[in-house]
Amino acid sequence: MPPSTRASDFAELAPAAESGPPSGWRRPVRGLVLRRASGRIGFVLVVLVVAMAIIGPTIAPHDPFVISGGSLAPPSAAFPMGTDALGRDVLSGLLYGARTSLSIASAVALIALACGATIGVLSGYRGGWTDNLLMRTTELFQVIPRFFFVIIAIALFGPGLSRMVLALGLTSWPTLARVVRGEVIAMRDLDFVRAAEAAGATASRMAWRQLLPNVTPSIVVVLGLLVGQVLLLEATLGFLGLGDPGAISWGTMAAQAQGFLRVAWWLALFPGLAITLTVLGVNLLADAFSSARAADGGAP
Amino acid sequence: MRQVNSRFVAGRLLQVVPTVAAILLTGFVLVHLAPGDPVLVLAGEHGDAAYYAFMRHRFGLDESLPRQLIVWLGHILRGDFGFSYVYGRATSVVILERVPATMLLTGSALVISLLVAIPLGAIAATRPHGARDIGISALALGLYSTPAFWIGQLAIIGLALGLGSFPVQGMTSAGSDATGWSHSWDIVRHLMLPALVLASQEIAVLVRVTRSTLLDELSREHVRAARAKGLTALQALVRHALPRALLPVVTIVGARIGHLIAGAAVVEIIFGWPGMGRLLLGALQSRDTPILLGLFFVVSFTVVLASLLADLAYAAIDPRIRLR
Repeated sequence: MPPSTRASDFAELAPAAESGPPSGWRRPVRGLVLRRASGRIGFVLVVLVVAMAIIGPTIAPHDPFVISGGSLAPPSAAFPMGTDALGRDVLSGLLYGARTSLSIASAVALIALACGATIGVLSGYRGGWTDNLLMRTTELFQVIPRFFFVIIAIALFGPGLSRMVLALGLTSWPTLARVVRGEVIAMRDLDFVRAAEAAGATASRMAWRQLLPNVTPSIVVVLGLLVGQVLLLEATLGFLGLGDPGAISWGTMAAQAQGFLRVAWWLALFPGLAITLTVLGVNLLADAFSSARAADGGAP
Repeated sequence: MRQVNSRFVAGRLLQVVPTVAAILLTGFVLVHLAPGDPVLVLAGEHGDAAYYAFMRHRFGLDESLPRQLIVWLGHILRGDFGFSYVYGRATSVVILERVPATMLLTGSALVISLLVAIPLGAIAATRPHGARDIGISALALGLYSTPAFWIGQLAIIGLALGLGSFPVQGMTSAGSDATGWSHSWDIVRHLMLPALVLASQEIAVLVRVTRSTLLDELSREHVRAARAKGLTALQALVRHALPRALLPVVTIVGARIGHLIAGAAVVEIIFGWPGMGRLLLGALQSRDTPILLGLFFVVSFTVVLASLLADLAYAAIDPRIRLR
């Protein structure tokens, strides 16, 4: 296998690759993450967005689907982030949009987790032809350009949350599968795995009790970065007009700003800022988690 | 120049076959899984009955599925992605016309990002966790977290409208019939803002990669030996650490061509740059599926080619690479 296949896995994961595969398993890293300023900022941002997604619609001052003010009103006390061309409240739209973005991102993460962890553990633990078959399949999935695949899938099948989640999920698991596989291979010959085998552990017990708990830290880092990418992709798809027409999304709001850049800066500023801060929070948390793990004594 | 191991080259070329097959198969599966008649996907929604009958025959849609697959492969491999009713021309021709503009944009963005990212990554790596490193790394992570369309919108609001110094739409000034140097200068002025916005996305990743590989290299024996024989830190960095640290950068650039083209599509839409991204948006709005399928194949094959070239370049530079 040429080096590129491995390196390109980590194209998006520079900080994780920097620390190498650390082995500080089962150590509490929560405190180490929050001890870093970047980790604290990331944590606060993520908590804020999750809170927005949960209670956003109940605290929204207006209904974002109906006209509640003048057209293109600049930010004021009644409309802190202004109104759009139809006179709908931008702040309320943002509060509703958090739920759309986070549901899509977490659903995609769940699909990637289910496929990636299963394939990674199977491939790494079984080895042999199972490994060969699964990894060749993974490589083929990795070649397909995700952005254009999702665009054409939505264009052919029609827009909708479930279709977007499915198309994004189908193309999001390969990196996770490869990282899990690598860690399982490194673990396969360690004493605790051997001991469990000797004690007659079944395959599922082996996977759930021995292998998966020990790859969880790596899974968290990869999933964190994946969620960041999916949030950006979802916003971009919304920007291209491929979002669910029935749901408010930050990307769709940003697209509506495009025609009014000269007259209504607030329409472009706030949706983009919301996306950026959310993705930044997730990435900061993933970065802090991966460097906390490296500092925890895993790295040589 | 060192000889590249011919077995490595042959093996790497062979890998192209299954990847291209997977891309072709993906397109085929999408066309047939899509709700409705496959002929509507292949011909677009703007044909008449006679045209649909012609296309049905041409792609063997009345025959068995395996036979259809073979006919499909034959067409795509010959570069025949069908006919765009909207443009009234062959899809491949419509797409090829847009390639130069997109290549100009992505190429400029790539050059800018390498020129900016490698020095920044090197500065960050010289004193890890120092003030400059924290600043550069924070900037890289910030750019990495920002959607390309937002940077584009902010750039238009701030630079182009506020300062009035850059044109914000298109590739040339409207009504301009300038030729020669003034024509080129007009294109460059239009290119600057979109290329910078697109480059910012690449800079985010390349700074992080350069910094982390350089940190690895700087701690190695040969760099310490270079310092011991009396080179300054800068000389050791530039002569001994950087060349090896740039090897992974080659791979990453190759592996990110798909992201680069996707980013270019968004940037083109924002700045009205007449490349494949504008074509994509138009095809989405007019439901011109032959164009969409054609774009999917052109981008996919470009990604495969770019990763092949990056691997061969890597092998040519680094003699340690051999096929396993």
